[in-house]
Amino acid sequence: MKYVNQPVRKKDAMQLVTGQPVYVDDIAPKDCLIVKLLRSPYANAMVTSVNKAAAMKVDGIEAIYTWEDIPQDGRRYTQAGQTYPEPSPYDRLLIDRHVRFVGDVVAIVAGRDEKCVDKALKLIKVQYEVLEPLLDFRKAKDNPILVHPEENWESLVPVGADNRRNLCAHDETGSGDIEEVLKNSEIVIDRVYHTKACQQTMMETFRTFCTIDTYGRLNVVSSTQIVFHCRRIISNALHIPKTMIRVSKPRIGGGFGAKQTSVSEVYPAYVTWMTKKPSKIIFSREESMIASTPRHEMEIHVRVGADKNGIVNGIDMYTLSNTGAYGEHGPTTVGLSGHKSIPLYGKAKAFRFVSDVVYTNHMSAGAYRGYGATQGLFAVESAVNELAAKLHMDPFEIREKNIVREGDVMPAYYGQVNTSCALDRCLTRVKEMIGWEEKYPVRDMGNGKVRAVGMGMAMQGSGITSVDVGSATIKVNDDGFYTLSIGAADMGTGCDTILAQIAAEVLECSVEEIIVLGADTDSSPYDSGSYASSTTYVTGKAVEQCALKIREQICKLGAGLLKCPENEVVFDGKSVRREGVGQDFAGQVSLTDIATASMCGNEIALEATVTNSSPLSPPPFMVGAAEVEVDLETGEAKVINYAAAVDCGTPVNPNLARVQAEGGILQGIGMALTENITYNAQGKLAENSLMQYKIPTRIDIGHICVEFESSYEDAGPFGAKSIGEVVINTPLPAVSDAIFNATGTRFYELPITPEKIAMAVAEREKEQA
Amino acid sequence: MNITMTLNGKKISAEIEADTLLIDFVRDHGCYSVKRGCETSNCGLCTVFLDEKPVLSCSVLAARADGRTVTTLEGLQEEAKEFGAFIADQGAEQCGFCNPGFIMNALALFRENEYPEEEEIREYLAGNLCRCSGYEGQLRGIQAFLAWKKEKSGKESEKS
Repeated sequence: MKYVNQPVRKKDAMQLVTGQPVYVDDIAPKDCLIVKLLRSPYANAMVTSVNKAAAMKVDGIEAIYTWEDIPQDGRRYTQAGQTYPEPSPYDRLLIDRHVRFVGDVVAIVAGRDEKCVDKALKLIKVQYEVLEPLLDFRKAKDNPILVHPEENWESLVPVGADNRRNLCAHDETGSGDIEEVLKNSEIVIDRVYHTKACQQTMMETFRTFCTIDTYGRLNVVSSTQIVFHCRRIISNALHIPKTMIRVSKPRIGGGFGAKQTSVSEVYPAYVTWMTKKPSKIIFSREESMIASTPRHEMEIHVRVGADKNGIVNGIDMYTLSNTGAYGEHGPTTVGLSGHKSIPLYGKAKAFRFVSDVVYTNHMSAGAYRGYGATQGLFAVESAVNELAAKLHMDPFEIREKNIVREGDVMPAYYGQVNTSCALDRCLTRVKEMIGWEEKYPVRDMGNGKVRAVGMGMAMQGSGITSVDVGSATIKVNDDGFYTLSIGAADMGTGCDTILAQIAAEVLECSVEEIIVLGADTDSSPYDSGSYASSTTYVTGKAVEQCALKIREQICKLGAGLLKCPENEVVFDGKSVRREGVGQDFAGQVSLTDIATASMCGNEIALEATVTNSSPLSPPPFMVGAAEVEVDLETGEAKVINYAAAVDCGTPVNPNLARVQAEGGILQGIGMALTENITYNAQGKLAENSLMQYKIPTRIDIGHICVEFESSYEDAGPFGAKSIGEVVINTPLPAVSDAIFNATGTRFYELPITPEKIAMAVAEREKEQA
Repeated sequence: MNITMTLNGKKISAEIEADTLLIDFVRDHGCYSVKRGCETSNCGLCTVFLDEKPVLSCSVLAARADGRTVTTLEGLQEEAKEFGAFIADQGAEQCGFCNPGFIMNALALFRENEYPEEEEIREYLAGNLCRCSGYEGQLRGIQAFLAWKKEKSGKESEKS
């Protein structure tokens, strides 16, 4: 292939490395009103009164809105970017009198500049009736404290939600008789795993600006992965018709799922709609840490039953997920914890997966790369690592005996067939890459430090089966270059480029001859948005098919110009030739001439749109292994080597796929070792800055080495599956098992901080003494 | 108060508030490459040169730049292109938001230490956070750039 599977430079790369003004705050009008939010200091309270008289007198203040401006009995909405009807409950008001977490919105303040807005924020006098917060998610279900006692709470989809029980969702599913299988298993690993509400921590915080356009419509420019969903969310929040809203996105400074939720859009949207003046909101890092949309905290109880040869007979899982104050992505993330971990074990005769998603007075959780699969895979893979240790079996060997194979039916993956799978090759390759034979399980370095290895497997999906929609419009311009319009959102991942590569491959032109345009609700063809690992697989297929269709149109017009039937011509990317005429010049017409002809007296559209959705969600697979050095004195653990092999089908752009993998792996390592979330007894989050919330720096990691072991997915464009999410999953179990091999202690809660390791080592030494 | 500085080679004079931060000042003067990723001097996105030394412009008052020289990536476009191309060839620029600060600091490193070793690179750039790349692609890009530079200077010294 000429363009697909090639390391093409990203189309916007040089603009980005030279620091051009392409992000929201760079292009926002200079006369924007500055919008900021007054946030609740209480985790659970009713706002009894707001006195804004003094604040309104501050020079430059344009407007202050409180719950009194928002009908409290109006229809609620969700900020989750999901296909309608959203599984996430409609549980929000733009400003709710009932504040439900520390950081919930009490007032929207808009003014001329930051200074006056900051001053006004301090002068607003709020009185609260402080209520007891519900902070322990283990006690949330059926607790007398209700996070959403209101009558107008609404669940649109039967996901087992019940606000009277603090339940955002409940589900039970399974196949075979799990109790019988576990009873007959020679060994059962029965453990509970706990992961925290980690932050995506994209470098660009949430931000949006709004203007009123020529037609009096609300023009929203936002750092979002989901322009179309965003239009609906704003419509629902402001109770204004969708016809009056346009949403587009410029370059996005990272998303990782955070921007699959409309965290910032509704506030300036409301200000601009009310005042008819441009406005913008730029979340501070602190706001992005305390009032955003992090990963769902989960506690997962796993029972893995196996025989003494290490064959996994059955997996039983109960996941308790903490959605926080609002239900964004609550009902859906939890599903992945089971459905994207259990299917890895292809010999299992039974499984059961039960889940509860509960409301608490923490900040709302949302979508974060991996979307529940990360949490589930930590649990299942850690349990299987423990199973291997109990059986004195190598962790790779136990996987080789058990893994799902190409062609297998996966009962826990909605009964789908595993259509493409190189998991076996990934295992072989990673074992070599990390030097497992020499390093497993642990080596004493003779300086108080030990080096140990651990591994884990992962899968994800490629889009949401029969839900996600991807579209592409291609048109031919003067001179025969193309415009590719998409509704998918490049958030740095490079989808503008890889989709252009797919189009170029089909159209036999260079990538430079494809101009990419997106995403804009007014002009882009419909796309669910860039999430759920859908863009390469779902939108990519739409692009491939659209390019094929535009080829037909080009041939049709070309045949007309050649005055011959359409079936007698071929297109080679440069010209349309009449077959059989050979090199005879009279028998061909160039694309440039066809494009020119299309603009004069022509009735054949040189434009095509194709929409794609898939009845399958072919999983990408991955194996990762960590070599971790642990200082037994201080408890410091550092990943000095990480090796991974990924089966994402055909990597459309190996460079970009590799960086996706490397970046995802380091996020996973951060989750395993340093990224902690702690709430105090009043429900206030401690990790509210990059000082406290420690994402890895470049001295916290040795080397990450990624290779591809590609299967070929027939349903994907040129054999491609997804890459974006699967890559975050393996470090959690791999690093955790390496630390077990280093210290002899298993950790069931992340992150595994130096304190925990040092205490565990001290404890063991005491026991041994 | 009034301050005067040389911003990207141009002498400018402006009225500022005493508490104006250098990051806000340079952005107000069209230097949009300078980004804010935190408020706690942790991310490195706002790196600019103050008299040729890299500083975090979120933690420097604009008043401190009075009478001095300030350089942002807007003033180093040729160098940014030359080095940035090697980052782009790894696909390691990703979302791009951390790129200006990272590239400013990398250029500062190369000025202080023409051919830094891997550990020196990591140490010097430790304060430049990136959430997309896992740093590995950035490291490959830097090393490819250094190898190219070495080869180029070798060729040039052969010629002379």
